Amino acid sequence: MYLYDDFDRTLVAERVSEFRDQVARRLSGELTEEEFKPLRLMNGVYLQLHAYMLRIAIPYGTLSSDQLRMLAHVARRYDRNYGHFTTRQNIQFNWIKLAELPDAMADLARAGMHGMQTSGNCVRNITTDQWAGVATDEIEDPRIWAELLRQLTTLHPEFSFLPRKFKIAVTAAAHDRAAVRVHDIGLRLHRNGAGEVGFEVIVGGGLGRTPFVGKTIKPFLPKRDLLSYVEAILRVYNQFGRRDNIYKARIKILVHELGAEAFAKEVEAEWQPIKNGALALDPAVIADIAARFRYPDYETLDDSPPALAKARATDRRFAAWLDNSVANHKVPGYAIVTLSLKPEDGPPGDATAKQMDAIADLADRYSFGEIRVGHEQNLVLPHVAQRDLPALWRALDTIGVATPNVGLVTDIISCPGLDYCSLANTRSIPVAQELTRRFRDLDLARDLGRLHINISGCINACGHHHVGHIGLLGVEKNGEEYFQVTIGGRADENAELGALLGPAVPYGEVADVVEDVVAAYLELRARPDEIFLETVKRVGVEPFKERVYATR
Amino acid sequence: MPLVKAGHAVEDRYLPILDEAPIPDSVPVIIPAARLIADFADIAGREAPTGVLWPNNRKVSELEPFLDRLALVALVFPTFKDGRAYSQARQLRERHGFRGELRATGEVLRDQFLFLARAGFDAFEVKKDADATAFAETITRYSVFYQPAGDGRTAVQRARRDHARRAVGVPQHETVR
Repeated sequence: MYLYDDFDRTLVAERVSEFRDQVARRLSGELTEEEFKPLRLMNGVYLQLHAYMLRIAIPYGTLSSDQLRMLAHVARRYDRNYGHFTTRQNIQFNWIKLAELPDAMADLARAGMHGMQTSGNCVRNITTDQWAGVATDEIEDPRIWAELLRQLTTLHPEFSFLPRKFKIAVTAAAHDRAAVRVHDIGLRLHRNGAGEVGFEVIVGGGLGRTPFVGKTIKPFLPKRDLLSYVEAILRVYNQFGRRDNIYKARIKILVHELGAEAFAKEVEAEWQPIKNGALALDPAVIADIAARFRYPDYETLDDSPPALAKARATDRRFAAWLDNSVANHKVPGYAIVTLSLKPEDGPPGDATAKQMDAIADLADRYSFGEIRVGHEQNLVLPHVAQRDLPALWRALDTIGVATPNVGLVTDIISCPGLDYCSLANTRSIPVAQELTRRFRDLDLARDLGRLHINISGCINACGHHHVGHIGLLGVEKNGEEYFQVTIGGRADENAELGALLGPAVPYGEVADVVEDVVAAYLELRARPDEIFLETVKRVGVEPFKERVYATR
Repeated sequence: MPLVKAGHAVEDRYLPILDEAPIPDSVPVIIPAARLIADFADIAGREAPTGVLWPNNRKVSELEPFLDRLALVALVFPTFKDGRAYSQARQLRERHGFRGELRATGEVLRDQFLFLARAGFDAFEVKKDADATAFAETITRYSVFYQPAGDGRTAVQRARRDHARRAVGVPQHETVR
């Protein structure tokens, strides 16, 4: 956990008081809705189809059990008993009343939480690997850098009115679980030839209307220079990013229009004069932030305790969950447990207040009071002793968050779609729900192996459809809901955008089409362990297209 | 449109000069960017203070040769959502060492004041009277700042370190670097 101190708490409290004043001015009419809009957006408050929506930041996806309980309280007291975890490791509440927002925020502040910069044209919540600090394949904890960047960018006086929103992600692992190549800035910690750890800096990635995989503009940036270099990038973007067209305002367009090399030169020119200034990180500051991340007092335990093997051998359901949802931990005898928020028929990423409270209690009992949120819209208990896994599983199963479908076809990433969102062309959640029913047979899902379906209800791509192994994009055709289908996308270290399968299909047929794509994969795969992505890579889009459109 | 300086509404002693209008010799003026560059030889000899209205899509590094002779630079916020002038302000203050009046003009609203001040602005052409009245209250709303900027307010990292050193009895002056 990261420990907030008085400085952090004071800032959040001052923010609540400022927002209370802004809401009062809006309610009295002193502020017009147009003037209020950017202010509320900077506090995570959107006006949606039916109500105001409040998005709460969960920095780098790390939550304490008390914070999760506070989220449950907000769901219960101010909303309709549930919250929705998002692809930016945040949570949003969909039914909050404007007049009650300041109270909700004051409650959240008591747990050190807020909605600062979860929306608006500023630097958004910094995301990272949900397994940070416990992953076996990381070189160090990336959250230290995410926290330094969070502090740099929170209420930044220069970068709070950027051309458009700005998203930064950090990874420190061999396997990129933070999708850094599809962010405005992606940072990959790695070791250079001299054995020093620094950052590969990637800019201009992103999805939305014009998707790009980011370009590396600095293969190795020393740690001390992280903040000054990010400031230089933001300064170039703030000045030269397009403001004439909202659809061309993201940094990816600037990088694309200038070319990565010319962009890198502009950044270099901004960076050199500030490189050795106040933002240069001295080791003491880094050490201070690192020291605020507290790790559990792990017991000395052995891997694979006998009780675990016994439970595995005697209970098929437990064995299936263990194989699917439990990953290796860097400390012997411990495990990382993913809690699927993708039950059959459920809206992806939703959790009820009751579930949140129960998960908080289980985190206290089995995971040193810590919970993580992943961009796949699942939760994680990051420090579970392997001997506790059978008991934990029974408890998770009781509250419906032990569906063994993590990384499988029904672990669907979806935006809220037309059920909530004023931008959407189509519904997304009902499509996800229908697909969970079509693929309810877990043996089939396991046989299909790793297969990510991503659904976005509009071109803004909140469901990251471009990087779904199967991507579904909602479009409107003559007032009807249609979906474009892409295949072969991925967001990891080999990030790639999916290729279009063919003409858009009507809403009512989209689940059939996905079934056809999956059936085609089963026929086309070279061997049972060739995953969907590998098959697409090997045979291309054409055979899938033939199969899907032959009868349409 | 009230002008706020040092926390209070004050009278604006500068006369704005439009396009090709003549520049009176004895009064402070704010001239358009094009005039500054075209007529600099004349302007350099003026006795009264000269300011320039600098658009937000031109690099402020172009101002470098003129800065010694400028008492004021006015930067523009065509709408409050267009934040380019924040970068210009910081560059003028922190890179080019401009110490004259740095004035925010255009759609300048209450909730930008603190950002503006932190970026280096010290004069504000405020759009609404009520906002001008609330200036002092608004600007003191926050007492902690995470990041260093051009305004000299102590950023949290530094404050934490000073706090820690005070706690162990290291004299304050040793922490200044």
